[in-house]
Amino acid sequence: MENRMKKQILAAAITASSLFAVVAPNAAQAADYKVDVAGAHASVQFKIKHLGYSWLLGRFNTFDGGFSYDAKTPNASQINFVIDTASLDSNHAERDKHLRSDDFLDVRKFPKATFKSESIKFSDDDSGTVTGAFTLKGITKTITFPIAKIGEGSDPWGGYRVGFTGETSLKLTDYGIMTNLGPASAYVDMTLNIEGVRQ
Amino acid sequence: MLRNTKTAYGWVAILLHWVMAFAIFGMFGLGLYMVELTYYDAWYKGSLDLHKSIGILLLGLLLLRTLWRWINISPDSADEHASNFEVKSAHLVHLGLYLLMFTIMISGYLISTADGRGIMVFEVFSVPAIPFSVDNQEDIAGEIHEILAWMLILLAGVHGIAAIKHHFINKNKTLVRMLKVQQTESK
Repeated sequence: MENRMKKQILAAAITASSLFAVVAPNAAQAADYKVDVAGAHASVQFKIKHLGYSWLLGRFNTFDGGFSYDAKTPNASQINFVIDTASLDSNHAERDKHLRSDDFLDVRKFPKATFKSESIKFSDDDSGTVTGAFTLKGITKTITFPIAKIGEGSDPWGGYRVGFTGETSLKLTDYGIMTNLGPASAYVDMTLNIEGVRQ
Repeated sequence: MLRNTKTAYGWVAILLHWVMAFAIFGMFGLGLYMVELTYYDAWYKGSLDLHKSIGILLLGLLLLRTLWRWINISPDSADEHASNFEVKSAHLVHLGLYLLMFTIMISGYLISTADGRGIMVFEVFSVPAIPFSVDNQEDIAGEIHEILAWMLILLAGVHGIAAIKHHFINKNKTLVRMLKVQQTESK
């Protein structure tokens, strides 16, 4: 009986200490932010030329992400982001259906696109460069793109927020999108705008 | 003779049957062809516009045909020796063809109108979208449209083979009376 209680106490102590081990370094580092998806203060937009004559804009409506950031140690920042590829919306049903098909994103086979940062370097308070692994259509490539901090501070409802914007250009064929849209449309520009709520 | 009798189809039913039969097989071919076209094919856009325009007209014809069938009598089986099973399965196939035609046309409409845009029919008039839609409607409706189109073509094939069998093997008027109005025989 006594022996069993000892074991239980020991088990509880191990659990508590391991929890502490996980939480402690995070607490010492940058604050964690959750991208404000619920309040829709974030967007994933794409832009590609139509025949070389105009810009076609669209977006992904469903995504999620989180990041860590501290203005004092910005180079320790990290970001994780997941995009639901089927949520593509270019405001035209037949085009959306085509873009989701295996001619383009093949969203049934590849329902998620992900980005995981490897390093984030700020050159000044507000601008930096993100390098990380981007996976689209099952193909992972390391991409680097500039980001800018838009602002940071308390919100009027008791929370704390910080927002960033970033832009990159992706070559369609790099990600297995072989459908030829013409010479002016080999690249798609992606714009990410996020506002994080501190957890 | 425009109307049906107990033994013969009238011209309206015959005309509606064949116009729709040819149009539907044509639409099936056009549908398979147009989805393979690439961006720089001259007919990439035109083929879809044509498919949508004919589709809307077909839906109109189908409604007309259903109404006509409803206010008319349907001829009895042309095969006097047909078993109960044969008569029943023929009716079941007819019912299946009607249901498939309706579902295919409605699902096609729901693909194109999923974003709230209407369907322009031959640049003459526009059929508006319904004021609500479900998530990824164009994908769900597209899936249904494609699978049911194959089913319709298969079932129409069964229907056609049955007609040919009645003509050449059973040697009755099943096929002939759908080609030409038969004079009503007085018994």
